[in-house]
Amino acid sequence: MRDSDAVVALIPRLRRYARALVGDRGAADDLVQDTLERALVKFHLWRPGSDLRAWLFAIMHNVHVNHVRARREFAPLDDETLEIPVRATQEVALQGRDLGRAVAQLPDGQREVLLLVVLEDMSYQDVAEALGIPIGTVMSRLSRAREKVRTSMEGLPGPGRLQVVK
Amino acid sequence: MSESFPTESDLHAWLDGRLPAARRDEVEAWLAARPEEAARLAAYHAHDSALRALHQPVLEEPVPGRLVPTVRVRRARVLRVAAAFAWIALGMVGGWQMQRALHPADHEPAPVPIARNAAIAHATYSPEVRHPVEVGADQEQHLVAWLSKRLGAQVRAPKLEGVGYSLIGGRLLPGDAGPTAQFMYQCKAGTRITLYVRTEAPDHGQTAFRYADEGNVRVFYWIDRTMGYALSSGDVSKADLYKVATSVYSQLNP
Repeated sequence: MRDSDAVVALIPRLRRYARALVGDRGAADDLVQDTLERALVKFHLWRPGSDLRAWLFAIMHNVHVNHVRARREFAPLDDETLEIPVRATQEVALQGRDLGRAVAQLPDGQREVLLLVVLEDMSYQDVAEALGIPIGTVMSRLSRAREKVRTSMEGLPGPGRLQVVK
Repeated sequence: MSESFPTESDLHAWLDGRLPAARRDEVEAWLAARPEEAARLAAYHAHDSALRALHQPVLEEPVPGRLVPTVRVRRARVLRVAAAFAWIALGMVGGWQMQRALHPADHEPAPVPIARNAAIAHATYSPEVRHPVEVGADQEQHLVAWLSKRLGAQVRAPKLEGVGYSLIGGRLLPGDAGPTAQFMYQCKAGTRITLYVRTEAPDHGQTAFRYADEGNVRVFYWIDRTMGYALSSGDVSKADLYKVATSVYSQLNP
């Protein structure tokens, strides 16, 4: 079962994304577990050769939407539920809480796009497919998300000197 | 800012390294003349890097056991189907036994082996996140007293800290010969082991350790006079599970 090994290899990334998306560790692993179960049931629908990661993230998106819908109220996460992963370096830890909060306060759709692009380094096309939205929407959400994070981080102890990019 | 070139999308694509080289050069030339825009993008870049650093540790965490068996593949599902068949078979055996009471037959139906039942119970409850147990380890005394009462025999939850596992709690389960108990343990990495306990007909006597692969679940089981025990895990190696089993055995059969 090579395919299932490939799925297993992707679990850490699914967990990272889920944690960043929902904040709470237990809820994030629930999301991963439900995603994996759904993926197993639907495994025959996956086209071998197509991007397994994009397929899994698409499933996770749908499961997440259902979870949110089931809860009815999706409020931005508050500090209580926001778990900053441990073992962050000191600099990251200082900034992490503010950054984590800024990202958590984004609307769900914008947060998903930002995380897939930044954490997963996913192409805009793959993001559009995973989330089932037009690529134009991906771009506008990405743009709003980055700008909102920037404005909420302004005035806070910043990321140090701005670096020259690439 | 009023220039139509480049678009906002171009700037993000540049930031994400998704522009063709020629286009990239154009964007960089444009940015070079606009320090404010360059600073804004630099801030985006810094936040992106910080976000990656923030979540990097999750990639290095050990994956909780409950997530892996979900994938290692349909065998768990097969096991569940097998469980369904087992219950149907039990129903048939039950009906047949009633008949047999009226017309004594000449052969006994084979009892459903303890390893099978224990593995099914393990596969069912060990992946549970919110409700892995009915009564938690914080109420261990109550748990043990309750299960002992329902099984009609003294049961105990062995201490497995010495082999790296701590008690999460336990639950009561239906068995084919009355209620059974399940204790659940977890190690620091989140791997779970369950101890399945049931009463046995007195004539079973004693058995040595036995081992069974039930689908994806490894089971060590043994019978000690009137009690049957089965220790199950999906993630622990046979050798490690054996170590835990010997610890359980030595505590329950001093």
